[in-house]
Amino acid sequence: MDSEDVKENRVPFSNRSEWSDIKPVPQDDGPNPVVVIDYKDEFVETMDYFRAVYMADERTPRSLDLTREAISLNPGNYTVWQFRRLILEHLNVNLHEELQFMDQIATKNPKNYQIWHHRRWIAEKLGVGAAHKELEFTRRVFSQDAKNYHAWSHRQWVLLNLGCWEDELSYCDELFNDDICNNSAWNQRFFVVTKSPLLGGLDVMRDSEIMFTIKAILAKPGNESPWRYLRGLYQNDAKSLLNDPRVASVCTEVLLGGSQYVHALNLVLDALIHQFQPGEDLKGAIEAVYSSLDLPDSTSDSELAKRVCFILEKVDPIRASYWHWRKTTIPSQAL
Amino acid sequence: MGELKVEKHAKYILTVEKKKDDFESVVMEHLRLNGAYWGLTTLDIIGKLDAIDPEEVVSWIMQCQDESGGFGGNIGHDPHVLYTLSAIQVLALFNKLDVLDTEKVANYIASLQADDGSFAGDIWGEIDTRFSYIAICSLALLRRLDKINVEKAVKHILSCQNVDGGFGCIPGAESHAGQIFCCVGALAITGHLHLLDKDLLGWWLSERQVKSGGLNGRPEKLPDVCYSWWVLSSLIMIDRIHWIDKQKLVHFILDCQDKENGGISDRPDDAVDVYHTYFGIAGLSLLEYPGLKPIDPAYALPVEVINRIFLSR
Repeated sequence: MDSEDVKENRVPFSNRSEWSDIKPVPQDDGPNPVVVIDYKDEFVETMDYFRAVYMADERTPRSLDLTREAISLNPGNYTVWQFRRLILEHLNVNLHEELQFMDQIATKNPKNYQIWHHRRWIAEKLGVGAAHKELEFTRRVFSQDAKNYHAWSHRQWVLLNLGCWEDELSYCDELFNDDICNNSAWNQRFFVVTKSPLLGGLDVMRDSEIMFTIKAILAKPGNESPWRYLRGLYQNDAKSLLNDPRVASVCTEVLLGGSQYVHALNLVLDALIHQFQPGEDLKGAIEAVYSSLDLPDSTSDSELAKRVCFILEKVDPIRASYWHWRKTTIPSQAL
Repeated sequence: MGELKVEKHAKYILTVEKKKDDFESVVMEHLRLNGAYWGLTTLDIIGKLDAIDPEEVVSWIMQCQDESGGFGGNIGHDPHVLYTLSAIQVLALFNKLDVLDTEKVANYIASLQADDGSFAGDIWGEIDTRFSYIAICSLALLRRLDKINVEKAVKHILSCQNVDGGFGCIPGAESHAGQIFCCVGALAITGHLHLLDKDLLGWWLSERQVKSGGLNGRPEKLPDVCYSWWVLSSLIMIDRIHWIDKQKLVHFILDCQDKENGGISDRPDDAVDVYHTYFGIAGLSLLEYPGLKPIDPAYALPVEVINRIFLSR
C-alpha cells in the first residue's frame, strides 16, 4: 500500500468505527511556534491518531497499521519507525512480511536513513538466512542508482555479518560493465579482495588485480578510481608499483595517448620522488608530452620530476597550487 | 556571476516554512531542530540573528528534550544525537548553554558509546562515524569530553580510514566527503590530527574540485554546494585549503543562489532549501568572502561563539 493508495481509498480516522475510542492528539509546536507550518488535513489526522497511540504506548495490530499509514505519508519520521519496531517485537510479527513492506516503500525512498536502518534491524533478527535476499535487494537498488551510499553500506554489513561472498567479485564486474567509473564498485572490489574469506587476501590476489586494473585504465585513463585502486594494491608504495613493468608500461601508453594523462603522471611523479629510475620508453613519453605544451625551454633543468610538475600545473590548473607544492617536495637528487 | 544576496537569503530563511500548501515543510517536521540550526547559524554568519527572539527558540528547544537527556527533532519525538547536537549548537549561538542540565545531556551522549569506541545514534544502535563526530563535538561544547573514552573513540575512527586516506561510515565503507568531515572534525577536536596523512587526504580532497569549480563528495559524482562545507572545512583543518582553486569555488556557490527569492541550491538552477543555503554561506565564510562572520571548521559555529565557550571562563 503506497501513498497513492492511501489517498484514493482513504477513510478519515474519525469515520472508522474501530478507532472510535481514541481521542487524537494534535501536534504541539509550543505557544509561539518558531516556524509556522500549514499542514495537510490527512497528514494532520494520521499524525494526531499516531500521537494518541504513541503516548498511550498501545502496541496492537491497529496501531501497527497506523504506523504503516503514517510511514507512507512521511517515511522520514523516525519516531514512527521506532514505535513500529516496538509493536513488531511485542506482537512477534513475522519479519519476512515486514521485509515485503520494506521492499514496497524502498523504491520511492532510496536514500531514507530510517528505511535502511529498519531493514538492518530486521536482517539482524532474521540472521544468516536473510543474506541472499538482502543482497538481491541492494542489487535492485543499484539498478536504479549504482552509487547509493546507504545501499553499499548495507551490502557490506550483510557480507561481513551474514556471509554470501561467492558472487561478489563477479557482481563488481557486472557493475563495471555498466560504468567503469563507479567509484563505489571499485571500493567494493577492494573490500572483497581484502576481506573475503574465499579469495586468499590481497597478497594472493594482487597480480590478477593489477592486470584487471590496467585494462580498466586503458579503457578510460582519466578515470580516477582505478588509479587509486592500483595504489591501494601496493598500499601507496608508488615506487614498487612503477617497478612493475606492466604499470610502467601502462603509464607510458597513456602518456603517448596525448590526453587524460594527469593521473598517470601523478603516479609517475610519486615514484620519481621516491627515487624510481624510469626506463627510456617512459622518459621519452614524458618528454613528448612536455614538448607538446607551451612550457619554458628547460634544457638546463634535467630534473625529470620537476618537468612533470610543470606539465601538471599547466594541464590541471585548478590544482596548480597542489602541483606547485609537489615540486617543493622533490629531493635534490631525484632525476 | 554577481555577489552574495545577503538580504534575500535572510528573508528566505525568516519566511521559509510559512509557505502554504507546501508538503515539503510538513515532511520536515521531525527534523525541525536541524532546520533551526541551519537557518539560525546562517543568520548569525550574515549578521541577522537579532531578527530572532531567543526566548521563544530556547523554550521550544527545551520542550524537545526527552527524559533520557537527549533531544528529539521536534516536540514529542524520540531522542537522537543528531538533534541533540543541533540543540546544543543553537543554544550556543544564543549564549544559553547554561539552561542545560549538562550532566544529564552528557550522560545521554556517553551512554551511546560502544565497547569498540564507536557511537550509536540512539538506543536503536545504528553505528556511523557521523555519530562519533556528533558525540565528540557535543561533549566538547559542553566541556564534558571526560565522559567518554576518547582514545577508543579515536581508534574506531582510524579503523574507518581507507587506503586512499579518506574515511567512510564504518570500516571498509567508501571514502565520502561528509564522513571525512566527521572523522577529521572529531580528530581535530580531540587533538589527534597528527595521526592523519594530511598530504594523502589533502590530495583526495583537492581532487573533489571539478571543472565548474564546484566540489563533489566522491570521485565521478556531481558537484553539490554542501560539499563546499564538508570538503572545505576538512581541507582547512588539515591546512591544505590552498590546494583547491578558491575563486572558482566562490563563483560556483554564488551561481547556486536564487537571486530573486533568496536561498541557495545544490547546484545552479535547482530548487533551494535551508540546508544548502547554510552550507553555501558557511562555505563562503571559510573562503573569507567579505561581510561574513568567520566560522570554526571543526565545530561549525561562528568563531566568536566558540571563543565565548572556550576562552571566557
